[in-house]
Amino acid sequence: MTEFLQALANPAIPFLRYALLAGILSSLAFGTVGTYVVVRRISYLAGAIAHCVLGGIGAALYLQNAAGWTWLEPLHGALFASVLAALAIGWVSLRARQREDTVIGAMWAVGMAAGLIFLAKTPGYIDPMSYLFGNILLISSADLWLIAGLDLLVVAVAILFYNKFLAVCFDDVFARVRGIRVEFYYMLLLGLISLTVVLLVSVVGIVMVIALLTLPAAMAGHFSRRLWQMMAIGTVICMLLTSAGLAVSYVHDLPTGGTIIILAGLAYLGVVTFGQGRWLRRNGGRGLRRRRPAE
Amino acid sequence: MEPAVTLRDVSFAFGDRQIFTGANLTVAAGEFATIVGPNGGGKTTLLKLLLGLLRPDRGEVKILGRAPEQGRSRVGYLPQHARHDPQFPATVMDVVLMGRLGNRWIGPHSQEDRALAREALGEVGLPDLAERSFAELSGGQQQRTLIARALCSQPDLLLFDEPTANVDSQAEEQFFALMKDLNQRMTILTVSHDLGLVSQVASQVICVNHNIIVHAASELTGDHLQEIYAAEMSIVHHNQVLEHPHD
Repeated sequence: MTEFLQALANPAIPFLRYALLAGILSSLAFGTVGTYVVVRRISYLAGAIAHCVLGGIGAALYLQNAAGWTWLEPLHGALFASVLAALAIGWVSLRARQREDTVIGAMWAVGMAAGLIFLAKTPGYIDPMSYLFGNILLISSADLWLIAGLDLLVVAVAILFYNKFLAVCFDDVFARVRGIRVEFYYMLLLGLISLTVVLLVSVVGIVMVIALLTLPAAMAGHFSRRLWQMMAIGTVICMLLTSAGLAVSYVHDLPTGGTIIILAGLAYLGVVTFGQGRWLRRNGGRGLRRRRPAE
Repeated sequence: MEPAVTLRDVSFAFGDRQIFTGANLTVAAGEFATIVGPNGGGKTTLLKLLLGLLRPDRGEVKILGRAPEQGRSRVGYLPQHARHDPQFPATVMDVVLMGRLGNRWIGPHSQEDRALAREALGEVGLPDLAERSFAELSGGQQQRTLIARALCSQPDLLLFDEPTANVDSQAEEQFFALMKDLNQRMTILTVSHDLGLVSQVASQVICVNHNIIVHAASELTGDHLQEIYAAEMSIVHHNQVLEHPHD
């Protein structure tokens, strides 16, 4: 641990500070949007959006290197693919109810396949590993500004429309009767998810996005009576996990993304197994899980 | 005074399955009407048409004198099943305030909204549970919370879809007492399986089985019900529905 703190303070290795800051900053979006994903039960959609991102990254790298679009960064491709995938998936899940899971599963795989083919055809060797499993140590100070910007956008929208999202997630039919444009807010939510996924890809990579989007919020759900509490607690848990993951991976020379996810999985297991009972006793048996008449 | 509900020559089909063909219905303001009929006969479809969640293939639907999309803002709606996640993190107050949605497009609820929500909670007899977690309430309390949510919209018409399906008989009696009270100032339309209790409080019975026939509650006899359910009796084994004609 001291070793990690010394490294953080070392001016010669700024990337470690950038990585820590990136994890903490993007946790704001993960906790907030992750809560919506968990209560609306659409982690499968989030997974599909994440995997489509590889298609965008591959296309951007291909265009950059083979077609001479030198201004195009992989991140631009990721953003484009992610928003496009969110729109397509939203449309499928709203319109084609019959085979929703089949279509979304197919998009999941086709997005990845397109990415792999683009990468293979891009001149020079590009290792897809950092995109698949995260590259938090490659984050630059410019990336940090972008993360902060996306963060601000995602969190602002999530908070401004909190009541609408709450109602749409809780009971969409009632919300519709109250004159809420349910489809619009559903698409807006998927849009927020797509931006959050892009942030996540740089922290833990495409494959592990779902875990960091859902586990902190799911843990927070055990200690929350209201949606905003779940967001706040989820954000704090996510900050702790990304920071601890970074420290552990640095000290023991492990892949950072994988370390963060393993910690998240262990923490979740711990909360489900032990945390709930202890918290219940402290709060006089008023946990969310226990359904007791309130007379 | 304009009727609370009007259907004029309404036809509706789900694909090949014709539900209504040229159905007509008028419910005057101030009535307490209950909708009965066999499963698959179109009760829920009727409610969805009234709420503008489905559009008729032909004919006209009006609610409180306007098209459903506009008129429904003055409707207090109670859905059939609890559609929510049983672990959803929301307080009773959060849930009731959903009845105030649609008044603002952004930001938090106003003080007025909160006052109306507290008033509605008082009306259903849960004034002290506002800050409790909705998930930990009993079935009957959840039901009353959802009624408070409907009342919080300051409705002229209450539309309830099988409101007593998931509550015990004591809660059911309380529920009908409350309905009788509310009927003093608003029209009530409720889908119900339990004709016994409903016939004591309702003024009209709307029989829905691909067609729509309205009876005054006082004139309803076993023969009428036999007629409505007759087609179902030989093929359906839903005891819950079929028991009633013999009561």
